[in-house]
Amino acid sequence: MEQLLQQFASGLANGAIYACVALALVMIYVSTDHINFAQGEMAMFSTYLSWQLMTWGLSFWAAFIVAVALSFVMGVVIERLILRPLHNAPVLSIIVVFIGLLAIFNSMAGAIWSYLIKEFPSPFPKSSFGIAGVIGPHQLGVVLVTLIVLGLLFVFFRYTPLGLAMRAAAQNPQMARLVGVRVDWMLALGWGLASSIGAVAGIMVAHIVYLDPNMMAGILLYAFASALVGGISNPAGAVAGGFIVGVLENMVAYAGNQIEKATGIYIIGNGEKLTVALIIVIFVLTVKPAGLFGRVVVKRV
Amino acid sequence: MAALLEVSGLKAFYGQTQSLYDVGFDIPTGGITTLLGANGAGKTTTLRAICNMVRTDGTIRFDGKNIRGMATEEIVRQRIAHVPEGRGTFTTLTVDENLRIAAYTRRDKQGVKDELDRVFAYFPRLKERIQQQAGTLSGGEQQMLAIARALMLKPRLMLLDEPSFGLAPLIVQEIFRILRRINEEEKVSILLVEQNAALALDLATHAYVLETGKVVMSGPSDVVKNDENVRKSYLGY
Repeated sequence: MEQLLQQFASGLANGAIYACVALALVMIYVSTDHINFAQGEMAMFSTYLSWQLMTWGLSFWAAFIVAVALSFVMGVVIERLILRPLHNAPVLSIIVVFIGLLAIFNSMAGAIWSYLIKEFPSPFPKSSFGIAGVIGPHQLGVVLVTLIVLGLLFVFFRYTPLGLAMRAAAQNPQMARLVGVRVDWMLALGWGLASSIGAVAGIMVAHIVYLDPNMMAGILLYAFASALVGGISNPAGAVAGGFIVGVLENMVAYAGNQIEKATGIYIIGNGEKLTVALIIVIFVLTVKPAGLFGRVVVKRV
Repeated sequence: MAALLEVSGLKAFYGQTQSLYDVGFDIPTGGITTLLGANGAGKTTTLRAICNMVRTDGTIRFDGKNIRGMATEEIVRQRIAHVPEGRGTFTTLTVDENLRIAAYTRRDKQGVKDELDRVFAYFPRLKERIQQQAGTLSGGEQQMLAIARALMLKPRLMLLDEPSFGLAPLIVQEIFRILRRINEEEKVSILLVEQNAALALDLATHAYVLETGKVVMSGPSDVVKNDENVRKSYLGY
C-alpha cells in the first residue's frame, strides 16, 4: 500500500512536469495552429542558463527567477526574429524551422556546456519537506511549484485585460485587430510565456533526470501525449492530461510489477512506461479524437 | 463642414484580383452614409479597405490624416470602429469579456465601468446576458453585442457591414432605431453597408451606389431614393 502511494506521488510529480510542457505546447498551438517541436530543447537551454547562474554564485531561487525571465525574452525574440518573417509560410516550412531550432539549441548547449551529464541541485530541504514514506521533498516541491505557476497563469488569463487580449487574439486574430489589439505582440508574448513555463519545468525536473542536452527529449514526448489526451486546443485539458499520463504510467508499471511478483510472469514494467503513455494516447484518440477535454471543431461549409 | 473621412482613387486587391477600381466618397462629420450595391459590387471590400484588411492603393483620409497603409489595430485606435459582416463576436468569451476587450488598453477602471453602463443603456438585453458566452446568444443579440463592442471603442466613425443580415424584421427595426440614437446622441458618424436598400436609405443622409468596384451614383439619400434606376434595381418598384 505504501508503495502504491509512493508510485502515485511520483506520478503526480512527473505529471506536473508533463503538464507544464504540455501547457507551453498548447499555448503556442491555440494561437498559431503549430506545435513547437523545439519547446523541450528551449526548456533544456533555460535549465542550463539557471545552472550557469548558480555556478556564478546565485542562489537557486535567484537563478530560477532570472532564468525564467531570460527565457521569456528568448521566446519573444525567437518569435519576432525567426517566426514573424514566416508568418504566411506553408506549414512544412515552419515545421522545418522548429526542427532546426531544436537542433540549434541542442548543439548550442552541447558546445557551451559540453555533453557531460551534470548533477542539478534541489531547492527543497531534505528534512522538513515531504511526507515520509509517501512523497519525497523534491517531488512535493515540484508539484507545489507547478500548481503555483498554473494558478498564476489562470489568474493572468482569466482576470487581467492583457490576458483577455491574448485569448481574443488566439481565438479570432482578425477581429482582435478590429478592437485595437496588437495581435503580433500578443503572439510574441505567448511565445515568451510558453518559453518561461518550459523553463520552470526544466529547472524542476533537472534534479530528477540530471542536466544534459538531451534531458527533455523523453519529456517532450510525454508532453505531446498529455496535450493530445487532454485535447490539444484546451489549456486546462493539457494540464489535466499531464497529471493523467504521469499517474497512469506509474500505476500501470506498478500493476505490472505486482503481477510479476505474484505469478513470476513479466508482462509490463518500468521499461514500458513510454509505450504505455503512447498506447494511452492512441486509445484516447481512437475513442475521443478531440481528446478528453477538447472541443470538436465544427466548420461550416 | 469638412468631411470626416475622405476616400479617393481607392483600389483594392485580393491577390491578383482587383475588386475596387477608383472608388471615391466623403463621409460628413455626424452623418450617416450608406453604400448600396448588388452582391459582389465591392461594398464589404470598401469597408475592409478602410481598415487595411485587404491590399489597397489610393488615399484614405480620416480627419485630414492619411490612414491608408496603417496597421488595422492602429486605424482602430484612431477611433474607427468596424462591425464586420457576420458580427465577429468572440464566441467562447462572455458578453462582459467581449465588451471589455475593446477597452483593454485603458487603465481607468471607473471610466471603463461608466462606458459599460452607457453601452448597456442602449442594449439592456445584453446586460441580462452579461456572463453568458457570446456563442450562446441569438443572432440579434450577437449583432447587438458587436455594435456595443464597437461603441466601447468610443468611435468617431462606425463602419457597419450588413447589420440586418439574417435577422427577423422586428429585431432589424430595433437595431436600426438604436443606430439612429447612437448617431444622434453620441455624435458617431456612420458608414453603413446594407443589402436592404429601403431600410438603409431611410436611415442614411447620404448614399453612394457601387457597381463592380466603381461608384456609379451618389447624393443625398432622398434624391438617390427617387432615382429611377435605383428604384428598379435596389428597391424593386
